[in-house]
Amino acid sequence: MEELSPTAFLISSSIKVFAVFSAAMLIVAYMTLLERRVSAFIQDRLGPNRVGPFGLLQPIADGLKNILKEETLPATANRTFFILGPMLSLIPALVTFAVIPFAAPLPTPWGVVDMIVADIPIGILYVLAFASLGVYGIFLGGWASNNKYAFLGAVRSSSQMVSYEVALGLSLIPVLMLAGNVTLTDIVWQQQLMGFWFVFPLSLAFILFVISAFAETNRLPFDLPEAESELVTGYHTEYSSMKFSMFFIAEYSHILMASALMATLFLGGWSIPFWNGANAYYHDGAWIQGFTAAGEPIPAQLAWWKTLLTLLAFAVKTGFFVLVFVWVRWTLPRFRYDQVMHLGWKVMLPTALGYLMLIAATILVLDQLAVEGFLFGFVLTVVSLLCTLGFVFFLDRDRIISGASVPPHRLTPSPVTRAESETLSPEMAARALGEQ
Amino acid sequence: MAEILFYVFAAIAVGGALGVVLQKNPVGSLLFMVVSLGSVAGLFVLFEAHFLAAIQVIVYAGAIMVLFLFVIMLLNLGHDYRADLRLGFWSVLAFATVGGLAGLLARQFRGAEESPIYQHFPGPAALDSLIVEQGVVGVIARPLFTDYVVAFELTGILLLVALVGAIVLAKRRV
Repeated sequence: MEELSPTAFLISSSIKVFAVFSAAMLIVAYMTLLERRVSAFIQDRLGPNRVGPFGLLQPIADGLKNILKEETLPATANRTFFILGPMLSLIPALVTFAVIPFAAPLPTPWGVVDMIVADIPIGILYVLAFASLGVYGIFLGGWASNNKYAFLGAVRSSSQMVSYEVALGLSLIPVLMLAGNVTLTDIVWQQQLMGFWFVFPLSLAFILFVISAFAETNRLPFDLPEAESELVTGYHTEYSSMKFSMFFIAEYSHILMASALMATLFLGGWSIPFWNGANAYYHDGAWIQGFTAAGEPIPAQLAWWKTLLTLLAFAVKTGFFVLVFVWVRWTLPRFRYDQVMHLGWKVMLPTALGYLMLIAATILVLDQLAVEGFLFGFVLTVVSLLCTLGFVFFLDRDRIISGASVPPHRLTPSPVTRAESETLSPEMAARALGEQ
Repeated sequence: MAEILFYVFAAIAVGGALGVVLQKNPVGSLLFMVVSLGSVAGLFVLFEAHFLAAIQVIVYAGAIMVLFLFVIMLLNLGHDYRADLRLGFWSVLAFATVGGLAGLLARQFRGAEESPIYQHFPGPAALDSLIVEQGVVGVIARPLFTDYVVAFELTGILLLVALVGAIVLAKRRV
């Protein structure tokens, strides 16, 4: 249980960086296969199944194909920025993985290694900072192409990302209020301590976060930046081979990152439900599992198999959200541009602000009444559930957003049918039928 | 190590700032500005001001510079920019002004440790224990919402007024 020596720290950190980076790249490659197979399943097709068993070698074939394709550079493009675009898109997407805690700490002969690349004190703010830099890659790529479709895609993408960043940030604040700190390790620890995944006491924040994350990652129903039917493929229209591939890798890394964040912030990160045995947190110079009723720290029992189990739990939670991303893409149609802006500024932002005030007030009242533990989480759960129901109720049924088609309430049949109308006087029948 | 990093970040910050004024393409200037702001964030990290570093990147590099990018793109300043350049007397004047300002600042900060405002600074050791106790956000947030709450709220109102004013001015032309 001793501290790592500087050399051991350096070596373990290097291994972690390498492992996380390779794992992220590998998962991203196989997410493309997952997307294609799941979309095929949803559309009752087979999908790519020829390259290797079940098509498992398809991502490798895709990668090779992309490397071997011709690099195009449009004659009117601004060369420097055209090449810089994909790079600036990929790098911010990959560095954010550094702050995600992905398993319980691993005891080694040289000391305890925590399973996070860098447990920096700003945690989630680091993720937000790099996520906000992701705009540059897309914008530069689209602008430097000197193509109107690419430019329109870039403008849409950045305005969308800037708009939804606000709702994303506001939906995070309730989580930070409950956790009491901004580091992701603390957020996981508070969920373990409370025995509540934050998705229950903060259900509306979770919903707002998921919607904003879809918008931030430019995924359907928010994929206006690349809307194939209007903009060819949007900001990467002019890109080919590996440069195109880099934009793609960036998009899928964003999805993976968003899924990992949702799992960490709202589903307890790497903690295993209904089991406290694997919990661990670095407190006052020692790893602890929790507190006794008297407030005495209980030392954590670390083991390699607990690390593996928690890693599995984290992978399952993250994988679930990745699947949701794919599922939603093949279920929902694309928004119209004004609907995206309307939802972002006039629905998400006021809801997030109001909810934030309500949760802050609830926490204040509960703190004043010295309510703790299960009851604390339960009261918040009830309050949030009411908010969520209200939000879903008002968001639905054409109250705020109306679709392009005929609203459902106009499709319901009039109470007066033709058979009944024959028993009415001619004027009344005509009026009833005319209304239909 | 920290000292070497300080000089590296400082050099990048100054180099980026020079790039902003020496670039002929406005988009290039903007990217140099982002580089400069990013390395200033790096300097903040070296000074243990983690929260300031994050906010520097989120607000300046991630939001304000993106807004600049919008302005440049939508006014189409990015492509035919050469006609807009004004060199000669004006550039000399600009450099002279900046030089004078830098000299004044240097003069002001020489021997700043003795000035009364620094007497309240608790020192690095006290700051470390504060960070452990309250977290990096708490160290900033507590004074902001207790001792300086009036100034903080007034700044917020000022920004709101500016926002409303901008909307009113923009609306009038439609």
